[in-house]
Amino acid sequence: MDFRNSQYGRLWSIMWRELSTFAHRPLLLFTMLVAPIVSMVLFLSIMSDGLPTSLPAAVVDEDNTATSRAVVRTLDAMQATNLVARYPDFASARQAMLRGEIYGFFHIPKGVTEKAIASRQPHIAFYTNDCYYMPAALLLKDMKLSSELVGLAITRESLYGHGLTPRAAMGVVQPVVVETHPLNNPELNYSAYLNNIIIPGILFLMIMLTTAYSIGIEWKNGTQRRLYAMSGYSSTVALVGKLLPQTLVFSLMMVFFDVCFYRYSLFPCNSSIASMMLLGIVAVMASQGLAVFAMGIFAGQMRMAMSACSLWGIVAVSITGFTFPVPAMNAPLQWLSWLFPLRHYYMIYVNQALNGYPVWYVWQHIVALMAFMLLPLTVLWRYRVAFLKIKYVP
Amino acid sequence: MKWINKILSAWLDELRVVSHDVGIIIFVVLVPLFYPLLYAYIYNNEQVREIPFALVDDSHSPQSRDFVRKVDATPTAALYASCLSMGEAEEMMKRREVYGIIHIPASFARDLSRGDQTTVGLYCDMSTMLYYKGLLMAASSASLEVNRGIKVGKFLPGSTDRQDAVTAMPVTYDSVALYNPQSGFASYLIPPVLMLIIQQTLLLGIGMSMGSTRERNGGLIPAQHSATSMVLGKTLFYLPLYVVSAVYMFAVVTRGFSLPQLGDYTTFLAFIVPYIVACIMLGITLSMLVYRREDCIMLFVFMSVPLLFLSGISWPGSAIPDFWKYVSWLFPSTFGMNGYMRITSMGATLTDVSAELSGLMVQIAAYFATATLLYYRRLTKQ
Repeated sequence: MDFRNSQYGRLWSIMWRELSTFAHRPLLLFTMLVAPIVSMVLFLSIMSDGLPTSLPAAVVDEDNTATSRAVVRTLDAMQATNLVARYPDFASARQAMLRGEIYGFFHIPKGVTEKAIASRQPHIAFYTNDCYYMPAALLLKDMKLSSELVGLAITRESLYGHGLTPRAAMGVVQPVVVETHPLNNPELNYSAYLNNIIIPGILFLMIMLTTAYSIGIEWKNGTQRRLYAMSGYSSTVALVGKLLPQTLVFSLMMVFFDVCFYRYSLFPCNSSIASMMLLGIVAVMASQGLAVFAMGIFAGQMRMAMSACSLWGIVAVSITGFTFPVPAMNAPLQWLSWLFPLRHYYMIYVNQALNGYPVWYVWQHIVALMAFMLLPLTVLWRYRVAFLKIKYVP
Repeated sequence: MKWINKILSAWLDELRVVSHDVGIIIFVVLVPLFYPLLYAYIYNNEQVREIPFALVDDSHSPQSRDFVRKVDATPTAALYASCLSMGEAEEMMKRREVYGIIHIPASFARDLSRGDQTTVGLYCDMSTMLYYKGLLMAASSASLEVNRGIKVGKFLPGSTDRQDAVTAMPVTYDSVALYNPQSGFASYLIPPVLMLIIQQTLLLGIGMSMGSTRERNGGLIPAQHSATSMVLGKTLFYLPLYVVSAVYMFAVVTRGFSLPQLGDYTTFLAFIVPYIVACIMLGITLSMLVYRREDCIMLFVFMSVPLLFLSGISWPGSAIPDFWKYVSWLFPSTFGMNGYMRITSMGATLTDVSAELSGLMVQIAAYFATATLLYYRRLTKQ
């Protein structure tokens, strides 16, 4: 009993020591509090519209008839498109695109109306700048629909000419309608889609860096042996004591994110918010585990460990596959993606908050996150060596 | 001649610090060399093909089978399984074997033969927008094709094939994806990422070398240096190094991964030099925040993702609130990414990117002033 007490006592005193370093090291407060909160505010506010609308586009109307102007009006009325300019010819519209003023333009050549009336199948074209991927995709949808509508309007007129009623005409003009159901994100809210991963992704990066930094600083300051003595010569006590206060801060941050996402921004949450919070806390500890592992591999040398952590944390955002899906990547990357906690967080989030499916469908990812949490156990022996024998190499 | 010597000795100091420091070499040499390859490898497949979907065909008619064949024939969608019920299809969604369900109602064939409108349901998994986009594109192009056939075959039959073609499509249209003809992910994301790598590794490298100097001799600057010569000496060290990296990115990475390449060499060089100088000036200014060498990793690494979004490339610039737009103008990467992408992928000339170029010039002037002032303050303090 006395032994247990003394072990907890040691843990407690290491935790106090850690808390007092937070207080006089503004850098740690920056990485633990300022950076995650500023990132969250930034991302939530730039995407506050959900789906970007009113993207600048232009029109080149060389035909300039009542019909072509009607087409232009239809296009302008669409959600994503905001016609900001009309240009006399193709070349000047292309110039505007090169200057980055518009993301796309709609080209109606001379004689379109005349040919259409004479059944000579005129041709129109629209151009999008696909270097700007998302605006181009959104404009493309609008422009394609407008182009279809031009043809359909003509067909409808000739059907009326054949004596069809409006209802019957619609059955001819558009017999098969595709009704899309974007499940659980019906308004295509990009903010919910992206921020659910980007913001935790930045937090996990900061967790890995902070963990590696605060462990490595002991060697750098030459206090590693004092810490080891305080822990009663137990790497576990030393590491847990150092990291537990951070676990607490980061877990609270994750809970704060969840409240902002699912209660304030009203992102889809089809599971309980508590399960997302639990997922967040597990993922926080998984990230810490990975960083402790990296520090162990590099035996207390923070320079290499922190470089590795920053590389890992930044690549995680891409290899998680929430923008470009993992199954579409090359095979080695599909395997590699398992080594990133953010990937598992994403898969479990999709299963839980987004879709609200039973959790056992993602058991592999839960096991993987648990494995990250236990990863430090494999390098405890290296810490023991590092605490006793290894000094900081400047 | 004295000031040239001063600059050269500052240059030599920087060379000495960097060449003895593996950490800095990793960031300023290895990362610009290998990170572009890693990113290009991640996004190299450009597009998502053959997205698996489940089919629930309650109509069981030749018409419905024709529709499904047309969806399956598109490059983006692939029929994974035919299910008897929605429940069975949903189970496949849950197991992530399929990312969408197409439901054809029992009345499909009857509606079509009666000349009524009929509705096909498309249910999409929204874990990534590319699945949604791909399946939507497949289903709507199949429906357009079916619609044209019905219109011509049943209601407006012409007397010649040409007449049928005109009736099917009274107006033809072309959609042209300029500058990124396959609408690929690598072609869109790699050029800006290259510029981001330049800025971020410069911030890290310069910050780390400042941290080292501060740790080693208590932040004292050797007395022979002046503020201007320090700044110019550092610039002289990093500029040639990064021009080489940038040429490697422009020539080797872009070509090696077959990214769009319309850029002109001289235009590229005339743009990239001011960009690198602006990054260096910002780097020197921000390095004043770095007291220990590892601090800079904590300060600068996480900014990469927000900067990519603020630049107006990952998220349309027209949708970014003014406040954040002004914030983004503080960083060379905003102008660098947009300018470089337009030069290399779109073949823009210097006049086309004049707005970005003047932004960089203002930054160079401003950050040169702040960098020298901060050095000056430290020199007078000591």
